[in-house]
Amino acid sequence: MTPATLTAQTVASPHAHGGNSVSRTMFRVQLALLPATLYGFWLYGWPAFFLWALTILSCVAFEVLSLKLMGTPRVKATLFDGSAVLTGWLLAMTLPPWAPWWVAVVGGFIAIVIGKQVFGGLGQNVFNPAMVARVALLVSFPLPLTLWVAPLPMSTLPTPDFVSSLRIFLTSLPVPDAMTSATLLGHAKTELARGIDLATALHAGPDLSWIGMRAGSFGESAAILILCGGLYLLITRVITWHAPLAVLAGVAIPAAIAHAVDPGRFLSAEAHLLSGALMLGAFFIATDYVTSPNTTTGQIIFGLGIGLLTWVIRSFGGYPEGVAFAVLLMNAMTPVIDRFCKPRILGRDRKGKPLDIPENA
Amino acid sequence: MSDIQYGRIIKDGLWEQNVVFAQMLALCPLMAVTTSGTNGLGMGLASTAVLVCANVLVSLIRKVVSAQVRIPVFIVLIATLVTIVDLAMNAWLHELYKVLGLFIALIVVNCAILGRSESFAVKNGVAASAVDGLAMGLGFTGALVLLGLVREFLGAGTLFAQASQLLGPSFAFLEVQVPGYGGALLMILPPGAFAALGFLLAGKRIIDRKLAEREAASAEPAAA
Repeated sequence: MTPATLTAQTVASPHAHGGNSVSRTMFRVQLALLPATLYGFWLYGWPAFFLWALTILSCVAFEVLSLKLMGTPRVKATLFDGSAVLTGWLLAMTLPPWAPWWVAVVGGFIAIVIGKQVFGGLGQNVFNPAMVARVALLVSFPLPLTLWVAPLPMSTLPTPDFVSSLRIFLTSLPVPDAMTSATLLGHAKTELARGIDLATALHAGPDLSWIGMRAGSFGESAAILILCGGLYLLITRVITWHAPLAVLAGVAIPAAIAHAVDPGRFLSAEAHLLSGALMLGAFFIATDYVTSPNTTTGQIIFGLGIGLLTWVIRSFGGYPEGVAFAVLLMNAMTPVIDRFCKPRILGRDRKGKPLDIPENA
Repeated sequence: MSDIQYGRIIKDGLWEQNVVFAQMLALCPLMAVTTSGTNGLGMGLASTAVLVCANVLVSLIRKVVSAQVRIPVFIVLIATLVTIVDLAMNAWLHELYKVLGLFIALIVVNCAILGRSESFAVKNGVAASAVDGLAMGLGFTGALVLLGLVREFLGAGTLFAQASQLLGPSFAFLEVQVPGYGGALLMILPPGAFAALGFLLAGKRIIDRKLAEREAASAEPAAA
């Protein structure tokens, strides 16, 4: 009697709930960031801790302010979804470890107010807030944003204690030259601009390091710890493998080809993978639910785009590092990608036609 | 037309129907030249001069020109005026002219000017049109200077930098320099213009809402 299309029964509530929530997802991502963060504190000392704490604090403060101004009825609930903390955390990870306090405050303002709340809050933003702030800070304040402190365990100078760290952080004292160092990408770019072959330049330049013994942003250097965090997110199914793998492939493949053709002009794939924000970007930025495409096909295109653009900017652009720029460019492409890679509608094929229903089912 | 309310026209031009903050017109020159307060002031005054003259001329010929050919006629008039301003600035404000460059010539296609010709001057008398042009022009100048100052202050830590060179030595008193502030370069770049304009627009809406609330509060006892 019942038509074939109506065999499914209506189930009364309560339905089973997986227990997942925005705050749980945010908490898991923070947990995944923890090893690299703690390691960053050890590498760069108290100033890095102050920077991390103040960036998160300023993000949360601006979130509260925006929610109050907008008259959001559930300020506390929105605040405790943990998204502002995560944005601040990610932003801090991409900043130079000894950046002064006002970088953290301005960064928090740009990320939360201009990057997120102006668009309507979590889920509405077109661009990744942390990356918006990172790029805005880099363009606005090129000097403090490109001052890289060498990891303290490598430095010949004594580690600054708590009080002198606070002074470095608050008064933006000039960092002693002996403590600064070029990043690998920056070094390669300067030497190439001077007309020096990469083979010669890298001989005396900064080394590659899986465990983060290199100059760089506070939370980006330890590739292996970020990789562990990423794997944890994959296992707990917070993220899928598509976007991260596509990002890494998007950088590694052109880098490997170009390096094979002209090693004097192009860095190797390994150097690209272990440098800059690539690992962090692949696992923590490109997998942002809000600003990445919905379908797995879309995420692969998105990731490949980020990777390829990163490689292009690093190899031919004016800035030595391009992950943040690449992410923002691909964020802008996301609506287009989503338009062409739509998820299959239940009961219909990929072209949107209804599936054939067998007569005698 | 004896019931022209000049107060209303002036209020419209400066605030209620402000070219930038209410009508959102002329955003192209607004974004492009407001890298400093001085540039904004120069551009605003040049536009105001064109706006007043264009309104007067259009108002004068409004009964002669037929509706079918009015747009080309207006454009020719405006283009002539802009050429005069362009040449005059090249002669007497050469430094400023070099900074503003193409955007002086582009006043021709400034939609605010043709917009006022179309929506006001063609329907109103000469005096009212002149006042309207002046009020609209000053409202536009105010917006340009405000946005220019905000961007210059945040982006370079100065106010009216180089005013003495660009506008003449007598404007030197305007120049302010914030000591020890390097500036956020982004505010000078195009994204800064959009962000700053967004916040200024939000600010105007907040002020408007407060004014409306106050008006409603004061009107209530009178009505009761």
